[in-house]
Formats: sequence, C-alpha cells, structure tokens
Amino acid sequence: MAVLVDNEPGVLARVVGLFSGRGYNIESLTVATVSEDESSSRINLVTSGTPMIIEQIKAQLGRLVPVQDVHDLTEEGPHVEHELALIKIVNAGSERREALRIADIFRARVVDTAVDSFVFSLTGSPEKIESFLELMRNLGDVEIARSGVVAIQRGEKRKKDV
Amino acid sequence: MSGAEIVIKALADQGVDVIFGYPGGAVLPLYDALFKQNSVRHILVRHEQGAVHMAEGYARSTGKTGVVLVTSGPGATNAVTGLTDALMDSVPLVCLTGQVPTHLIGNDAFQEADTTGITRPCTKHNYLVKHVDDLSRAMHEAFYIARAGRPGPVVIDLPKDIQFAEGDYLGPDEITHRHYRPQTVGDPARIAEAVDLIAGAKRPIFYIGGGCINAGPEACKAVTEFVRATGYPATATLMGLGAFPASSPQWLGMLGMHGTYEANLAMHGCDVMVAVGARFDDRVTGRIDAFSPGSKKIHIDIDPSSINKNVTVDVPIVGDVGAVVGQMLESWKKKNPQIDGKALEKWWGQIDSWRAVDCLHYEQGQAPSEAIKPQYAIDRLYQLTKDRDAFITTEVGQHQMWAAQFYRFDKPNHWMTSGGLGTMGYGLPAAIGVQIGNPDALVIDIAGEGSTMMNIQELGTMAQYNLPVKVFILNNMWLGMVRQWQELLHGGRYSETYSAGLPDFVKLADSYGMTGLRANQPDQVDDVIKQMLETPGPVIVDMVVSQEENCFPMIPGGSAHNEMLLGANDHQEQTKTEDGMVLV
Ligand SMILES: Cc1ncc(C[n+]2csc(CCOP(=O)(O)OP(=O)(O)O)c2C)c(N)n1
Ligand SMILES: [Mg+2]
Repeated sequence: MAVLVDNEPGVLARVVGLFSGRGYNIESLTVATVSEDESSSRINLVTSGTPMIIEQIKAQLGRLVPVQDVHDLTEEGPHVEHELALIKIVNAGSERREALRIADIFRARVVDTAVDSFVFSLTGSPEKIESFLELMRNLGDVEIARSGVVAIQRGEKRKKDV
Repeated sequence: MSGAEIVIKALADQGVDVIFGYPGGAVLPLYDALFKQNSVRHILVRHEQGAVHMAEGYARSTGKTGVVLVTSGPGATNAVTGLTDALMDSVPLVCLTGQVPTHLIGNDAFQEADTTGITRPCTKHNYLVKHVDDLSRAMHEAFYIARAGRPGPVVIDLPKDIQFAEGDYLGPDEITHRHYRPQTVGDPARIAEAVDLIAGAKRPIFYIGGGCINAGPEACKAVTEFVRATGYPATATLMGLGAFPASSPQWLGMLGMHGTYEANLAMHGCDVMVAVGARFDDRVTGRIDAFSPGSKKIHIDIDPSSINKNVTVDVPIVGDVGAVVGQMLESWKKKNPQIDGKALEKWWGQIDSWRAVDCLHYEQGQAPSEAIKPQYAIDRLYQLTKDRDAFITTEVGQHQMWAAQFYRFDKPNHWMTSGGLGTMGYGLPAAIGVQIGNPDALVIDIAGEGSTMMNIQELGTMAQYNLPVKVFILNNMWLGMVRQWQELLHGGRYSETYSAGLPDFVKLADSYGMTGLRANQPDQVDDVIKQMLETPGPVIVDMVVSQEENCFPMIPGGSAHNEMLLGANDHQEQTKTEDGMVLV
C-alpha cells in the first residue's frame, strides 16, 4: 500500500497506532519525504487480511486527517516491488569463496570487505532476498538489515501529493 | 499579539461565546488573557472530565462546537475520558491543553504529560504547537476538523512559552486545510439504485442513527419527510432518538439490546433496510451472523470506514445525511414510484401484531407500600414535561435505557446520552453544559445513584452559576445494570454492585443551597415532579425506586434480534453460551 501523508510530526505514530489499536498486521513499513518542498511523505506499507479487512484498513487510513491518499497497489494492478538488504557474513576459507560466488549469481554488490567478513548489498523482490539469505545462513554467521518493501505502479500514471 | 491573545481572538472569531475549563500553571497566560477580555465567557468546572462532558452537552444541544480549556499533565489526563466519549459519539469539540514550555518537553518536567501521544487514539486529530506562527492555523483548522465530515474532538496542546510568545494573528478566512475535504454529496448512481430498492420493498424499515442528529435539524427534517413520503416504519438507535418524531404512527421505538420487540423483529424480518447515519454497532446488531439475514441494506454515512465495517451492505452511499437524503427525496418525488401497497399492508399487519405484545408493559400498584417502578417514574416525568420542550441527559445504566424507552422525543438535539463509550458520570456535567447553552430551557438529568457519584463534584459548578438543572435520580441502591447481568448471567452472585455509603441526596442538595426532594411511594411521584418543575433553581430529586426491577426487553450478548427476552419469566429459556458471556 502506498499512503501519501502530510509530512508533520506524529503522522507515523498515527498510522502505526491505528494498526496496533485496531489489531491489523504490519509486515513492513518504510517512510520518506517525496515532494520537492518536503511537505509530503510516502509510507510504503505491506499488510495482510481478508478483503473486508483490507477495505477497512484503507478506509481507516483515509480517515486520518493528515492522510492525503491511500493506494492499494496490489489491487490497482501491475507494480514494481523492491527491497534493499545489507547482509554481513562472517566466515573463512571455502565458505568465504562460496559466499562470493553466490553473491555474484544474485548480483549482490560487495560494499565492505574485511579479512573474515563481507557486507553485501542486494536489491530486489522480498522473495529474492529471502532465498539469498537462506543460502548465506548456511555459509557463516550473518547479520541482516532490510529496508522493507517500496513499490510503485507500472506505467505512466503518477500518484500525486497535494 | 501574544500567543494567549491569539488563542482568545481565534475563539472569538470562531463564534465561541463560552468555554469550560479549569486553571493551572501551564495555562496561566491564557487565563490572564481571558481575564482581560469579555467576548468569551469561562465556566469554572470542578474536574476536567466534567468540563469535557459539559462541552459535549453544550455542543449536542446547540449544534455548536464545544470548547474546553485545561492545564498540562493531570488537567489533560483528566480530560481523556471525556475526549474518548466525544470521539465515540462524534461530538465536535476543541480542547485546549496547557503544556510545559517547549525547551522542557521530554524532560519529565513538572506536570508534563505526552498529551498529543495520550490523546492521539482518542481524538479525531491533535496538534502540538511548537511555533507561535503555527498557532492561528492550528486554532482555525481545529474548528474546521472538529465539524467537517464525521465530527469529533480535536486537542491543541499549547506549551507555556508559546502562550507568551509574540506572533501575528491570521483570521479564519485566511486559513484553509490543505486537503481535508470529506465527501458530502452522494453518488447519483447509488442514489438512484437506493431509491429503486426502496420503492420496490415489501418489508422495509428505516434504521436511523446519531449521524442524522449530527447532520443537523434540517437533515432530520429531510429524513422525516422522506420516511413520511414512503409511509414505511422507522426505528432509531440510542443516539438517533429525536431525529424522527416518536409521536409518528410510523415510529417503532428504539432498536437494539434494550429496544422494542417490534423494532428488533422488524429489523430482523425486513427485506430492505435503510441505514441513515447509523453504524451497525454491536448493541444494535446483536449476534452479527444472525443480523437481519434476508435484507438488502442501504447504508448512508459520511464516514467511509463505517461502511462494511461490521455488516456488509448492498448499496453504500458516502455523504452527509442531509445532502444524500435530500437527493433521495428529490429523486423519489420525481419518480413518484408505485409502491407495493398490498405487501406493505401485510407488513404493517405483522408489525401491529408485534406491537400488541406491548413489550414495555409494567405494572405499578398504587398502594403506599408498593415500590415505585422506575418505568413509572420516567413515564410520569414524560407526561408532566412533554409540553415543555425539555432537554434530557442521562447517566449510564438501567435508568438510561428506561429513559430511552419511556421518554419520547419529537425533536433532535434534546436527548444527550453517552452511547458509544457508556460513560457513567456523563449526565450531570452534560446537563450543566446544556443549561449553559439553553439558559431558559428545562434541563433534566435522568440519573442513577451510582453514576451520579462519579461526577458529583459538578454540583459545585451548578451551585456557582445557579443553574436550574433538575437532577432526577432513580435511586435503586444498586449498580443496577451490572446487577441485572449478574442476575441473568452470573447466577445471581451480586459481586460488589450494592451502592453502599451513599449520601442523603436531599441533605446534599441542601448543603449546596439547592432544593432536595424525595419520593418513596407511588402516590408521591407526581407531587415531587410537579414541585421539581415549579422550583426555579437547581433541584435534586431522590426517586427511591424498586431495587429488583430489570430492564426489558433485552437481547442478551451473543443473541440475535429474534432471541429477545421480554421479561422476568423469560430467563430460563435463554441460552447462556460461553460466546455470549464473553461479550460485554
Ligand atoms: C465509568 C464507568 N464505570 C463502569 C461502568 C459499568 N457500568 C455500567 S452501568 C453501571 C451501573 C450504573 O449504576 P447506576 O448509575 O446506579 O444506574 P442503574 O443501572 O442502577 O440505573 C456500571 C457500573 C460504566 N458504564 N462506566
Ligand atoms: Mg442504581
């Protein structure tokens, strides 16, 4: 879901509070300003529920005063979903070489190297990140930082802020 | 101008003539500014919760926005129950709270509370004003937001340094909200669909809610006109009483947990339901999967999130009740549809047979040894005040439900009760607010003895301003509604529901310089009510009523509309399911 909001203090707390207060799930959430004058932010939010609950979530979000617009990208058609992950792996020897080889297959970039560790940067669908992580976990000790999903509709239509 | 002066100027420009408040350190500059002007009157309350309920009573009886002023910390936290009440019942309020100076925020300063954090889930919107230049905007937006769309409370948190700071004032015309514009006019296609459905109904019913009252007296008139034009039966929720005249032959009484037999069975058996500004609350629907199973449902509401929340409807119409019903009425008149007279005659026949059950029947023996029935006391109160255009507030409990059943409202904005939150302690301060807004009117708080104790301190406010509110206490010596549930659902184990340690209400009235009256026997009821009405100042009536009486009809938690208990002898038949018991 893409939620365009006024960039004002407390707006994220309102959105998050709505989800916890009404018992909805948040699977991931990211937020950043998107308008040139920094007056609007876009919250990218992944949630789940029955169609009736999703309808409710949209209506409840729409009711918050600083919310400008709510888009259910899943519903609105083809869209691109991306997530960024930074993965640190601590290992040595053949496992270290194998990690590098797999990173190459996934087109993960090495953004830091030390004698016993790598940090990879990987972008793509959550599924792609998930499978990469699974392989890495077999090859050493890992630490993971994920951004949560951001998404945008395909084609020329734009979601405009106010 | 100082921030404090900006606040007062903004209030005056918003047409505010009275505010309800209580002073403290963090609002001293505001109280100083109040002292130096005379466009805004201040009513000094005794507890901040009282201030909010007063503002609610004021707002609901006048149609204006209620305004509250409290200090930081405990002042703000004391207001929280009232704010939640106003949110649940969609009452337009603006509540100004003092806050510690901006440089101390976050330091656990004296009387600091995270007011915007605490009130975020119990307000429609809130502001923390950190720059004096943002103050005019916050003030005017708050009034707009409180009223626009579905009304609700708005908090403005005002740090003390902002109240002192010098800034420029902007008037209401210079400020509009960037984008908050709730939809008010209904989608014409949906309206046409709804009108066709209504025209073709064989067993129709109008289900009227508090949204009609919020939409204003004109909207209520439109609803009434439409219902009359169709000739169909109408019921209303607790919050909707007065939106449609109870004296109309089309009126079936209130619906829901303590609604009438005819209203609930008509809801259950209808084929077309027209929900107007109502929200399918659980007190109304009973068991949700058995709610009106065979009907097509039209739902008019200004809040899109109310639609398909509890019950899936067939024709949703987002918009203001006044606008949408106006559109429907126009389309109805234009089409002049041929309604199914035969089917309707049968439907009314069915309804009349339900009416004949006389579900609100009670017996009042007149011997002096007989206890006064609470129903009788309200019945008599209604008979003796019905020509006086009285405003009625209530507390919460059995007396509230009896008031809803036995007092009959022909006009909107005359019935003030805490519906959504069910806040004991609402009625007395609300009545004070109503009286402030309607100085010459007859204002009666139909109360229980238990609830009265919850905001009893506001008798001080009544005394200070010599407000002629009539506090009509149905004293059954019990937290009656809870006792009733204990009797029906918990084997008669009356755990902590006896009202011990009550004051003598007559002496209490006396100590405040008010008039106290008491009735113990049925033949005293009329005399006491008459005396109460003849007394020009504030009166407390201690109506000593039967302790055992239960409120019927009743749809127990987890039951459907057609599984209603009609009276004391119906107990054994009820199903005490676990599912039902966990519901409140
Ligand atoms: C603030 C608050 N606390 C508790 C309750 C639960 N409650 C609902 S009705 C009721 C009893 C009210 O007693 P009283 O005012 O004497 O009214 P009665 O039912 O006897 O008419 C209680 C305790 C409530 N509604 N509000
Ligand atoms: Mg009682």
